[in-house]
Amino acid sequence: MFHPMDQFIVKPLFGDGPVMWYTPTNATLWMALAVLAVSLLFVVGTRGRAVVPTRVQSIAEVFYGLVYKMVEDVAGHDGAKYFPHIMTLFLFILFSNYLALIPMSFSPTSHIGVTAVLGFGVFFAVTAIGFAKNGIGFLKLFWMSDAPLFLRPIIALIEVISYFVRPVSHSIRLAGNITAGHAVLKVFATFAAVTAIAPLSIVAIVAIFALEVLVSVIQAYVFTILTCVYLRDALHPSH
Amino acid sequence: MATETTAASTCLTEGGSALGMPQLCADWIPNQVFWLVVALVVLFLILSRVALPRIGAVLAERRGTISNDLAAAEELKQKAVEAEKAYHEALANAKAEAGRIVAQAKAEIQKELDKATAKADAEIAAKATESEARINDIRAGALEAVTEVAKDTAKEIVAALGGKADARSITAAVSARVKG
Repeated sequence: MFHPMDQFIVKPLFGDGPVMWYTPTNATLWMALAVLAVSLLFVVGTRGRAVVPTRVQSIAEVFYGLVYKMVEDVAGHDGAKYFPHIMTLFLFILFSNYLALIPMSFSPTSHIGVTAVLGFGVFFAVTAIGFAKNGIGFLKLFWMSDAPLFLRPIIALIEVISYFVRPVSHSIRLAGNITAGHAVLKVFATFAAVTAIAPLSIVAIVAIFALEVLVSVIQAYVFTILTCVYLRDALHPSH
Repeated sequence: MATETTAASTCLTEGGSALGMPQLCADWIPNQVFWLVVALVVLFLILSRVALPRIGAVLAERRGTISNDLAAAEELKQKAVEAEKAYHEALANAKAEAGRIVAQAKAEIQKELDKATAKADAEIAAKATESEARINDIRAGALEAVTEVAKDTAKEIVAALGGKADARSITAAVSARVKG
């Protein structure tokens, strides 16, 4: 019998020692595999630089076009400068999510330690960009100039709170979705060992797996588009 | 960490199973943060230095190629339209020329024909005059012969009837009858 949460345990890759900050672990391995997969698709796949693309190159181009259009549409034309950063986030999350669907794999994006770095990283970067671009004018983001005057302080307070909740919801949304899906998969897998309900359980696993494939893309997309929205707020704070 | 002995983490049971939610285990967070930052930096460098400029260049090149091809196609189309116009013009000119030549030829032929007709008419008229003269001759000859025959016949008839007629009176009688 195995525990549904065992799949999330971080283990050293070599030996049994304690997990120090530098120890290569299964988290390291699966993050590295995500980087490797992205490199294969985006570097090896596009090495032909074909004007008429090969199949692999056209996949890479689809991702490029999707994220580039998202950045330009949501964050505005001056947000295109941050396209490589947002592309990095999107591809890392997408490929981590996808690789985590391989049985016996490890899902880095289910860990708060990972998603919090991503979420707070975006938060601090966007806030820094906001102050660097607009100076103190960035605070206008919280001051609704089209609201009635007596409401503005209240709205400003709510806006400030919601601004600081952003990174928390940003990171917990991703980790929660991935964790939930994988835990449910494992629970059904446990039931598959019981003969009486094994067929039902296997059908459920297939269905949940299909759902998780969707969730993987959707969560990567949501994380990225929210990053673009935050970036737009930083670049154009006045409403 | 020096106090830690055999257990790999405080988040695991003695049997090595998960205790609570491993995703929240504080012991592992430094490790994950470190490796995440490494992975992101590596990925960012790969993407921003190699992959994205390459794809951007390919997309720009494709756009350039497509717009060039479209411009070339537009130009060729323009040329084709011009060529068609020139063709139609030449065709119209040739038709006009042909019409002129046909009219000219017709006029010439008509002239020749008129000349030939006139000549033929003249010949026919000459022949007709000649024929008329001959017919008149023949007619006159025939009249004489009739008179001769009638004289002989009358003489014979008179002789057969037992009469005896002298040639002069018979001739006079026949001439009078024939004229009469």
